[in-house]
Amino acid sequence: MNVLMDVLFFGFVVLTMAGALLAVRAGVLMHAVLGLAISLLGVAGLYLYLGSPFLTLMQVLIYVGAICVVLVFGIMVGYTPNEVAEKVAMGRNAFLGLLASGTAAFFLMVMVIGRTTWVPAAHRLGDFSIEHVGEGLLLTWCLAFELISVVLLIAIVGAIILARGGREEVSR
Amino acid sequence: MSFHDNLNTYLILALFLLMMGIYGMIRHKTFIGMLISSELVLNGAGLNFMAFNKFLAPDPAVGQIFTLFIMGIAAAEAAIAISFILAVYRKFTTGDPQGVTDLKG
Repeated sequence: MNVLMDVLFFGFVVLTMAGALLAVRAGVLMHAVLGLAISLLGVAGLYLYLGSPFLTLMQVLIYVGAICVVLVFGIMVGYTPNEVAEKVAMGRNAFLGLLASGTAAFFLMVMVIGRTTWVPAAHRLGDFSIEHVGEGLLLTWCLAFELISVVLLIAIVGAIILARGGREEVSR
Repeated sequence: MSFHDNLNTYLILALFLLMMGIYGMIRHKTFIGMLISSELVLNGAGLNFMAFNKFLAPDPAVGQIFTLFIMGIAAAEAAIAISFILAVYRKFTTGDPQGVTDLKG
């Protein structure tokens, strides 16, 4: 059982990293969205290991289900096929410089993570259950929760207004 | 101690997602490509919140709630950004950030 959990964990880690690489390195935008979806699924699996099946479901529902579909629609509506293939306009020196600085920054931060002594909280209130999360959402974080829904409403209305304005511009 | 009970594993994975996101924002030459990379960065942040929530936080509900908020903000951001991209595409008929130069002197 323990071995199975380890293997599954490594599967999710590989899924996350490979998806991220595909999302960044893909030459066709649709492949990049596919990579993003794979990476998000991997992270959803990791949330399971972090003790929250609720967040796993939300991740699959909101990120993989909603955001990736919105991105796919954006690509299909907005771009002609010729423009989908990206130009790689970066020179070789710029790429090597970016690689060197990125690797240095990565290992610097890995060292920082390794040297820090993390201190767990002395005692815990409550548990990981969805009941506790729901109580928090409706009591402690009620204002933020309602504000998020207002932000989403305004975003949807704003998106419709912006997209409509462009259409009138063309028809004139 | 196995790997999935270790805080550092999750932190390094989140750091990898952050680095990949920043690299993607530099590399992609389209607006939607940059948006995809920013989703990777947001996901790294969410993973960090959940990791600290599991191993360090006094109240295990807080990290989950904040990750949920990050997802909501990301959804709103994606909707707004896509409609921005569509509006720019209709006005300039290009998805290339280098081509949108009306304010250039």
